[in-house]
Amino acid sequence: MSTLARPDLRDVSRDDTSLRRFLHGLPGVDQVGAEGRAAGLATRSIKTTSKAWAIDTAIAMIDLTTLEGADTPGKVRSLCAKAARPDSSDASVPSVAAVCVYPDLVATAVLALRGTSVGVASVATAFPSGRASLDTKLHDVRDAVAAGATEIDMVIDRGAFLAGHYVQVFDEIVATKAACGAAHLKVILETGELATLDNARRASWLALLAGGDFIKTSTGKVSPAATPPVALVMLEAVRDYHAMTGERRGVKLAGGIRASKEAVRYLVMVNEVAGQAWLDPALFRFGASSLLNDLLLQRHKLASGSYDGPDYVTVD
Amino acid sequence: MSARAKSPVFEYAPAPESREIARLKPSYQIFIDGRFRDGSGDAVKTINPADEQPLAEVAEAGPADVADAVAAARRAYEGPWSAMPGKERGKYLFRIARAIQERGRELAVLESLDNGKPIRESRDVDVPVAAAHFFYYAGWADKLGYGGFGPDPRPVGVAGQIIPWNFPLLMAAWKIAPALACGNTVVLKPAETTPLTALVLAEIIAEAELPAGVVNVLAGGPAIGAAIVEHDDVDKIAFTGSTEVGKIIQRTLAGTSKRLSLELGGKAANIVFDDAPLDQAVEGIVNGIFFNQGQVCCAGSRLLVQESVADELIDSLQRRLATLRVGDPLDKNTDVGAINSAAQLARIRELTESGVAEGATRWSPPCELPERGFWFAPTVFTGVSPAHRIAREEIFGPVLSVLTFRTPAEALEKANNTPYGLSAGVWTEKGSRILSMAAQLRAGVVWANTFNRFDPSAPFGGYKESGFGREGGRHGLEAYLAH
Repeated sequence: MSTLARPDLRDVSRDDTSLRRFLHGLPGVDQVGAEGRAAGLATRSIKTTSKAWAIDTAIAMIDLTTLEGADTPGKVRSLCAKAARPDSSDASVPSVAAVCVYPDLVATAVLALRGTSVGVASVATAFPSGRASLDTKLHDVRDAVAAGATEIDMVIDRGAFLAGHYVQVFDEIVATKAACGAAHLKVILETGELATLDNARRASWLALLAGGDFIKTSTGKVSPAATPPVALVMLEAVRDYHAMTGERRGVKLAGGIRASKEAVRYLVMVNEVAGQAWLDPALFRFGASSLLNDLLLQRHKLASGSYDGPDYVTVD
Repeated sequence: MSARAKSPVFEYAPAPESREIARLKPSYQIFIDGRFRDGSGDAVKTINPADEQPLAEVAEAGPADVADAVAAARRAYEGPWSAMPGKERGKYLFRIARAIQERGRELAVLESLDNGKPIRESRDVDVPVAAAHFFYYAGWADKLGYGGFGPDPRPVGVAGQIIPWNFPLLMAAWKIAPALACGNTVVLKPAETTPLTALVLAEIIAEAELPAGVVNVLAGGPAIGAAIVEHDDVDKIAFTGSTEVGKIIQRTLAGTSKRLSLELGGKAANIVFDDAPLDQAVEGIVNGIFFNQGQVCCAGSRLLVQESVADELIDSLQRRLATLRVGDPLDKNTDVGAINSAAQLARIRELTESGVAEGATRWSPPCELPERGFWFAPTVFTGVSPAHRIAREEIFGPVLSVLTFRTPAEALEKANNTPYGLSAGVWTEKGSRILSMAAQLRAGVVWANTFNRFDPSAPFGGYKESGFGREGGRHGLEAYLAH
């Protein structure tokens, strides 16, 4: 993208026609080729010192998440304790990047994390479906921000996107960004509902143009969630957006990433597709819950040479 | 994160495959009439191109061994093999295919040691595709009557097969599997710099208890190849290698009753239109010219890119090439390994120097090359004119020549403007353009939105000076059937 004449990006979102022209003018994604590239990157063999580095880096990139109807303040407090100090027996384990909760539990998390480096992220905008009026969605966001959330994970209106109402999706992101104030905005594309990689690329650009600080794969409530080809396309989008504008935006993968091996493979992809600059929690996150425990088990295995059982890491 | 003291750089620690897996022996013997024996030619050391250290000694064949091998192949042909029911022959082929899989790691490491190609390729391409060819043709052995060659097609006889050093095991599989499926017997000569995996394949064939003489493997140089070609009792020659040698063989066989198939050089055009899926096109370009260090007859060595996306594509390509890892072929993270021989390296150097001298712009990503061994950095030439030698001659190395075009007609004209015609690539999201280009490109294989994909069910072969005859698929049977 770097040598393309830089389009006036303000003009792009003037109406559905020009936004459509821009998004559909992006190079297509050949699905077979993208899957092949993702599979090729997964054959990298990450061992010994590089594995240790990758495990610690992955831990520091986690948004430790609980998004259940049954969440309680007690559950959130124990999650926060784990986020700040993932392994109570080993202070060299880094804290995770943030905890991620529903808006009504933000205040609890903020209190529990006071004095730590861990951020508080909250899903908002009628998560996970996004099927509510814009007023309701924005109210949801303001609630979370007022309670102290430093990061907001919004969902886009997939129905509007699939219907081609790109300006509506764009305007909602802009409005949500305004409602966030100083909080960082992560835009959930729910790529499992967008179905094609072409759509994943277009939605990524739409969210970047509208001012999202991060683009995020999924809510975790829809399958498929984060997949290697989707991650590839989204990393290409932030790479190309940087080449075009000079600005670095982030990528968050969420949903279904449970094993250390998968996390390490994604870091390889970040490294080789977006570039080293993205190997930073400010620009790359994993939205996950059980992944943390597997990373801790692998970390211990690497240090001691033997596996601990699952009872040697805490459940929350 | 910023507080963490660790380096922000993701360095991949070495991840070498163990050399022990190759089960290298100090010496290897040729295989004639079901037995291994020392050849009557010279004992030659085969070396590892990655460090120039000797790997093993090979007792090469002499002229007397060629005579013995052809005689053994004839006896096996007249004896059990040609008369054996197809489904019985198929069983032997299935057995070979399974044994290749079982010894897959050993063959992959051995191939990387002897050839210099990265273990990632020998493990993920050479060995599995070799096994797939045996599986595929095993399935044909009892169905030849349904292949469109008449109700009861007959084998040709004794096939002399001469294969190159770029895919030593895979080319052996391409040659042997269809020949045996059709009921022929074989005298195979692997290339002089890469005999080891073909000799291990001979071990597999011996362990599969094929009747003696059905497959004979002779290590040796050009003189042995010539002796096979000239032998009166050989019914068919199949050769893969340079166009130069292919022409010599064709001259030698003119006026004889021997049948011939040739798979020779190429200078393939990889054509990228402005509506192509560009990220995938970049991968296809990389795979097209840097796979196996570009030592591939169907390599996409000429990139034809539409002018309107040329700058963008070259930028993306250069960024991508900066992530290629050049070095130890046995490291699982190596993307580009060693050039096979000093002679080949010299040829690549000579042609790239001509590119610079003729005024093209040379670019390589920053990469450290090992001190010992035969190494050449991935290289891209821009500003190439169709008249430059690097746009016309086969370099057979990791060197890409970039040319531009404005219209589909111009792309087609430039792509076809070569004495070769083995393969081509077309990158566009427009289906009708793919079909139109494929119909007009004078190339045996046209890949659409991909490159260098091989499957035993797909025929492969050339137009013009890239040779004749097809290997793979139903078409691949034709070369080994008298009909």
